[in-house]
Amino acid sequence: MQLTLEFGGGLELLCNSVKIHNVNVEPQDIELQGGTKKLIMKDLLTWIRGNLIKERPEMFMKGDTVRPGVLVLVNDCDWELSGQLNTTLEEKDVVVFISTLHGG
Amino acid sequence: MESNGGDASRILREIETLKATKTEIEQRISALEAQLRETNLDDRTGTVLNGSCPPISTVHSDFGHSLSPEMIYRYSRHLLLPSFGVQGQSNLIKSSILVVGAGGLGSPALLYLAACGVGRLGIVDHDVVELNNMHRQIIHREEYIGQPKVKSAAASCLSINSTINIVEHKEALRTSNALDILSQYDIIVDATDNAPSRYLISDCCVVLGKPLVSGAALGMEGQLTVYNYNGGPCYRCLFPTPPPTTACQRCSDSGVLGVVPGIIGCLQALEAIKIASAVGEPLTGRMILFDALSARIRIVKIRGRSLQCEVCGENATFTRQQFQEFDYEKFTQSPLSTLPVTLNLLQADSRISSKEFKEKIAKGEAHVLIDVRPQHHFKIVSLPGSLNIPLPSLEARLSEISATLEDNEKGKYSGSGPQIFVVCRRGNDSQRAVQYLHKVGFTSAKDIIGGLEGWARDVDPDFPAY
Ligand SMILES: [Zn+2]
Repeated sequence: MQLTLEFGGGLELLCNSVKIHNVNVEPQDIELQGGTKKLIMKDLLTWIRGNLIKERPEMFMKGDTVRPGVLVLVNDCDWELSGQLNTTLEEKDVVVFISTLHGG
Repeated sequence: MESNGGDASRILREIETLKATKTEIEQRISALEAQLRETNLDDRTGTVLNGSCPPISTVHSDFGHSLSPEMIYRYSRHLLLPSFGVQGQSNLIKSSILVVGAGGLGSPALLYLAACGVGRLGIVDHDVVELNNMHRQIIHREEYIGQPKVKSAAASCLSINSTINIVEHKEALRTSNALDILSQYDIIVDATDNAPSRYLISDCCVVLGKPLVSGAALGMEGQLTVYNYNGGPCYRCLFPTPPPTTACQRCSDSGVLGVVPGIIGCLQALEAIKIASAVGEPLTGRMILFDALSARIRIVKIRGRSLQCEVCGENATFTRQQFQEFDYEKFTQSPLSTLPVTLNLLQADSRISSKEFKEKIAKGEAHVLIDVRPQHHFKIVSLPGSLNIPLPSLEARLSEISATLEDNEKGKYSGSGPQIFVVCRRGNDSQRAVQYLHKVGFTSAKDIIGGLEGWARDVDPDFPAY
């Protein structure tokens, strides 16, 4: 499945300072629902942690979700509105991870 | 020569005194001018009520709105906007806005809010103007370096628009004074630079029911949204748990391109003006994410008010008293002030002052000096002969240290074996590095207390600070 992943607010430093990653994620560890394989955000986080995060994974994740202070946006929409970890991903989705800034 | 030196310092002192007096006089003139305008206005109204015949041009009550001829001329380009017009400008003139922080975000926000005619404009800041603020905090002038930011900002605002009321709050915002200060304004602009202040201001706005225009900028990125307005979320709805302190970078550590907070600050002024004038759609339930480097702006939809929010949620009972007793520094594990943290991780015998280090160099004692700052810091300035091994790569480059130690032992120096000293910018990372070096067997390693800032302060005043 083709996805665009973007990291911002300093999170890009965890993946070689690259902000935009066009990736191909094959659904794994997935339940079969209605005969279709579904990739959910929970799976994607596991995949990112294993494949993109090069250093300090604790700066990206805490437990099985993102650490406090990270906003997750699926197609420019807060993942709280689409089911958080259970958000189903589709082909060509854009997922943005952004760390909240405090500076001024 | 001595008398010349004395003369110079006497002249400098006199210039300082005169400058201060000049500023004071200018401010008094502005205040008196504003007062005169008020008086004239009152007089005119009084005359009308008394039934005598004032000159027609000054009877602005006849225009069907409260704008004086001078206001009509000053704000004419606003009045010409069909979607803003007399109503928008009248609302603006009646409104009051508080800007917390007269720094990178607050500078342009304050300038535009003053220029556009907000009736009462408050400024909160406890800091003084410094030379390294000037590249982004464009409200301040060089002659104000060393003076309070509120004073400097107020003078700039008044020089643009002397008809508005500027209120200076020369203090840090704390739980003890926040309710009192914020309650005096209709709209709050968060232009601060740290996590505890952001929680404090948001909670206070919820308690008082005030809309909050929140902006942030760091490096090449900025973020902006409006909290606690029209059913939108508060800061805690979005970030119920504070981030780890390691994720809270500061402009003074990570840098910031000056124009980036400038852009976000302008957008903050815009959102505050929209709310104050009741024009347009406020940026509530949405957030602007600005990436200067790639020239990308994302406007994303964020969650609404959270029913579970501990401060604004359905069952939340966050009272004024609870607010006043809440420890925001403990909650976020970081200080409300922008002062850099000073760690104390090592025993005294594993540390050395910059003066003692200077003496060791003077005596020609064998040593290896490791600078653990990032490479781009090292490029700004470094001590001669120091070896740059950034802290994150220390583990991987231990062999370089061993090799340098051996080189030195082969006779460059006489006496006992070379010692390892570690330096960084302020003396925190150097302690972390020494802790690690001790663990892997370099037990004689010592850190230079206070880092290069200490060196510049105590040994070499010409060494550049940054
Ligand atoms: Zn809330």
